[in-house]
Amino acid sequence: MVTNKTNSNNIYNFEHTPNLVFDTSLKLENGSVLNKPTIAYQTYGELNHNKSNAILICHALTGDQYAAGTHPITLKLGWWNDMIGKDKVFDTNSYFIICTNVLGGCMGSTGPKSINPDTNNYFGNDFPEIGIQDMVNLQKKLIDHLGIEKLLCVVGGSMGGMQVLEWATKYSERVKLAIPIATSYRHTAQNIAFHEVGRQAIKNDTNWINGDYIKNNTSPEKGLAAARMVAHITYMSEKSLSKKFGRNKKNLNPLSKIFEGSFEVENYLQYQGSSFVSRFDANSYLHLTRSMDRFDLSEKFNGNLEKVFKSNTCKWLIISFNSDWLFPTSESKRLVNALNANACNVSFVEIESDRGHDSFLLQIPRLYNILRGFLIGAKFK
Amino acid sequence: MKNVRADHYIISKIVKNNSRILDIGCADGQLLHLLEKEKNVSGQGIEIKHDKVETCLKKGLSVIEGDANKEIINYPKKSFDYVILSQTLQTVERPKWLLNEILRIGKSAIISFPNFGHWLCRAQILFKGTMPVTNDLKLAWYDTQNIHLCTIRDFNNLILELNLQINEKFGINKKKVLSFPFNLFSLNIFASHAVFVVSKKN
Repeated sequence: MVTNKTNSNNIYNFEHTPNLVFDTSLKLENGSVLNKPTIAYQTYGELNHNKSNAILICHALTGDQYAAGTHPITLKLGWWNDMIGKDKVFDTNSYFIICTNVLGGCMGSTGPKSINPDTNNYFGNDFPEIGIQDMVNLQKKLIDHLGIEKLLCVVGGSMGGMQVLEWATKYSERVKLAIPIATSYRHTAQNIAFHEVGRQAIKNDTNWINGDYIKNNTSPEKGLAAARMVAHITYMSEKSLSKKFGRNKKNLNPLSKIFEGSFEVENYLQYQGSSFVSRFDANSYLHLTRSMDRFDLSEKFNGNLEKVFKSNTCKWLIISFNSDWLFPTSESKRLVNALNANACNVSFVEIESDRGHDSFLLQIPRLYNILRGFLIGAKFK
Repeated sequence: MKNVRADHYIISKIVKNNSRILDIGCADGQLLHLLEKEKNVSGQGIEIKHDKVETCLKKGLSVIEGDANKEIINYPKKSFDYVILSQTLQTVERPKWLLNEILRIGKSAIISFPNFGHWLCRAQILFKGTMPVTNDLKLAWYDTQNIHLCTIRDFNNLILELNLQINEKFGINKKKVLSFPFNLFSLNIFASHAVFVVSKKN
């Protein structure tokens, strides 16, 4: 088990990532205002003279801005390390890659764990309700700050894909290529249900203390670990779990206690849960899962998704994975159909993989080829 | 326009500038690419083969990966100016159904297919007693994807049966367009390949 207790208090001592503090405020979708918001971000490659080579990469629920290179806290490689770099798909010889920590996150951008500039105390339970729209609005402030008129591409999977959808519809004139991967324009009841199990686990941990655990010098680690465990199951397919663990047992010692976890899959999940708490904040988890649940691109159009894409000028590539049951292909197809109904420029690919929702994070050759090809193809237009 | 397939050449002449096009079974996107270049169309393809989809993307073309028979029902009516079936109709399971569908989603349809009534086919069946193998029907009966081959007259009859309108028809032989004075009877003998432009009757 990874233990790094001190992290929970020095998680904001970032010297390794740029932290941009805006002097202005950010008006949130729910009407409230965040004063002097901070956005933490990483960049790879160099912005060209015309500022026309910028690619914004959006991370998923538990990801962060360290998409490539070594993560300063986990010391592991970034979640898309194989994708970003010299001569890789997102080639830093030619592209300028930006990855921000989302609003509400816990790696430097304003979130429940930040100090509220109005009170000089932790936000904790006072952190306002945020939406995917607000994450994108904060990112837009950064893009404006960097002087980038039009992003060459916005790309991301899962919650990152939701940000792509928001960017490419709300600010479509600022985006040339949009690549939402393994995502949906809104959560299904099943998606919300799984998230609610996780949130209940956190809120029922006595250390949560109504969200004010930092002030009380504690952390709902057990609840957060349980939340991560249930979520992790949804990221994998039955086939990949069976392939990896089957019914294998680790400890056949007859004297071991009955519920100590003898199946390998149990140990694996416990490890996933405990390593997660060392790098993630429970309140962030609550807020980010809530923002995903509330996201609905068609809400403003009374549920009519087709109207969302009226006169949309982006060039779209929508990608799903056949074994992803959390965001199944049928969800991506709804997007494709809505875009087609508006005669938009859309391509769609369903990639075969037996690894479930997490496939977008894995080194799947076809995913890499398709992204690389799409970026090459964009040069001809 | 060298090295352009004869049916592609004809199609590129038929299609109007800036129109919206769906190419069903677009393969590696040769035709779409040509139409974008020559007629500035906004095009989309449907293709089932993985490597061909990847080639299309690399060319900057929009392509939906999947089975046209399943994809096509998702398009709203009149979403395209032209729906193109280039050498595809004879490979699908339900050609009649597909013809109706493409004329639901497209204002007109351009269909090209090999003519089984060409004299060379007739001769091979008559004298050799075997299924024809020609430049347009390159593969033996056990290798070919063509499951619904037809003659130009067969196709013409189907269009009449479906009460559709033939706007234009072209015959091709040895990469040359057979023009006037060819009629249906002679086209069906001398054209190895046909291109029809079809639409619903007003």
